[in-house]
Amino acid sequence: MIQLQNVTLTFPDGENRITAVDNVTLRGTNGTVTGITGPSGSGKSSILAVAATLLRPDSGGVLIGNSSDMTDAAQLSKHEATQLRRERIGIVFQQSNLLPALTAREQLQVMARLGGGTSRNKRAKIDARADELLDAVGLTEHAGKRTHQLSGGERQRVAIARGLVHEPEVLLVDEPTSALDQERGAKIMELISRLTRERDTATLLVTHDLAHRDTLDDLVTVLDGRITTPIAGRAPTR
Amino acid sequence: MRERKGIIVFVAWRELRFARGRFLLIGAVVALITLLVGFLSGLTGGLAAQNISSVLQLPGDRLVLQQPENGDPSYATSSLDEKKVTAWEQADGVESVTPIGIVQSRASASRIDDPTGVALYGLPQHAPGTQSNPLFDLAPVHDDQVGVSSGAADGLGVETGDTISITGTDFTVSVVGDDLWYSHTPVIALTPEAWSEASKRVGGTGEATVLAVTGNAEWETIGAATGTVAETPLASLTALEAFRSEIGSLGLMIAMLFGISALVVGAFFTVWTMQRASDMAVLKALGATTGSLVRDSLGQASIVLVAGIGVGLAGVIGLGTLAGQALPFIISPITTLAPAVVMAVLGLAGAAFALRSVTKADPLTALGSNR
Repeated sequence: MIQLQNVTLTFPDGENRITAVDNVTLRGTNGTVTGITGPSGSGKSSILAVAATLLRPDSGGVLIGNSSDMTDAAQLSKHEATQLRRERIGIVFQQSNLLPALTAREQLQVMARLGGGTSRNKRAKIDARADELLDAVGLTEHAGKRTHQLSGGERQRVAIARGLVHEPEVLLVDEPTSALDQERGAKIMELISRLTRERDTATLLVTHDLAHRDTLDDLVTVLDGRITTPIAGRAPTR
Repeated sequence: MRERKGIIVFVAWRELRFARGRFLLIGAVVALITLLVGFLSGLTGGLAAQNISSVLQLPGDRLVLQQPENGDPSYATSSLDEKKVTAWEQADGVESVTPIGIVQSRASASRIDDPTGVALYGLPQHAPGTQSNPLFDLAPVHDDQVGVSSGAADGLGVETGDTISITGTDFTVSVVGDDLWYSHTPVIALTPEAWSEASKRVGGTGEATVLAVTGNAEWETIGAATGTVAETPLASLTALEAFRSEIGSLGLMIAMLFGISALVVGAFFTVWTMQRASDMAVLKALGATTGSLVRDSLGQASIVLVAGIGVGLAGVIGLGTLAGQALPFIISPITTLAPAVVMAVLGLAGAAFALRSVTKADPLTALGSNR
């Protein structure tokens, strides 16, 4: 689970400060995809950055985990936040942001090496899970291909698999369909929705494309840094 | 320890394979610069040896030369009369004084038509501190004998028992010794008496030109009182004009080459690291520590440097061996490993300079960035 509690984030603007996120409270529960939408500049990406511990809010909390293992990411040091991202948060970027030198399988395997001090057992575990996830996203045959040999949709699927390979509790997804056509975009959204359920991940997904809203369990609209309208996505029949 | 370098062996190696053309180019530049620096070092070492190898064999704590009224002391013009020698012998703290004569002349042998330029040393037998000294091993017993360095023997085409002519006087070669040189001329040793006569015949005074002094004396005071200067053997090398001018210009070339190397290699790694900045931001956003990324970048630079320097070093040794047959070229740790280590240090310094783009890479840019 991830919960943003009364989060406020401001940026310097000359001698003043502008408020990018204004007292936002938002909850993403396990096994569900919570969409965050809004016009450009509304603050939805800032919310995602705070949730990803890439920005520290001026005030408020970012709670990650269940009640027995709850961490307030807003209180962590830079080093602790990096470790939290490495171990408990998965991120899927707007562009796939794959490393050009690595094959699809290696894009996933690198997650086991980010800390420099990961145990051999953990590396072996993630290496094995890489194949499982590539299979789950339908890319087993492309596992040995590098980024430039993959299509846009395939890259995004690799990025989704990378975001999940270390079994994070929270998956943060930033505009995953922005570079894809409608058909591929729909498949990616279905994939995220399916993997979120299968892996019981709390997924926050930023999008301004509501064509695929039926794949979202919840949807909130952000305007001027505030959540204005909590909208039900599709009926919670699953 | 193996666990700590996880990301190095993972990402760095794969980037090296992926961008092999780029890394081959960088490695080739490193190899060529290493070859250039190594070759110049070997040549400098060879030229230096041809200048000073015999001087470095002179015994004593200090070498005393005449201090001219104007200008700097010089091996070529130094002349120390009996009065100066006696003053040094009687000075407090001086344990032994060995007068030595050095003059350049020509020698000829019947087998070779043209005379050969040589350095004539007047060396006494059994001077203090000269046991197992390759220069003093040449010192002949009799006035009609000479000890010939291997370079002189080769130049004159003589061996032990042959006769050579120096300034119109014939001498018998009593021994052929090590390859010793003075100011680009091979060494021939005479007795002090024979040397004195030879010196006079080529326009010299016949007096010793340098004193090898042992002891613990007030060197400057005695020097000032006797119109001489006492230098350590190494410091005295500046009194060799040919060595001073050569080593000055070649040393400057090597220093500039090292400077250029640092700039070129540093620039390569700076550009390469800057190009990786966006990948670094992504890795940081995913949870990579700055330390692991720094190790990754430095590890990658080290691999390229070691490979490039290794190839360059092999070239230095290979070409140097060939060149050594025609040029004064020395292959030794100081002319090969020392430049290689300096190159590695400068290259890593360049890579370290570029690390700012790694440490400062903002993981936030990975969100919404256009890559």
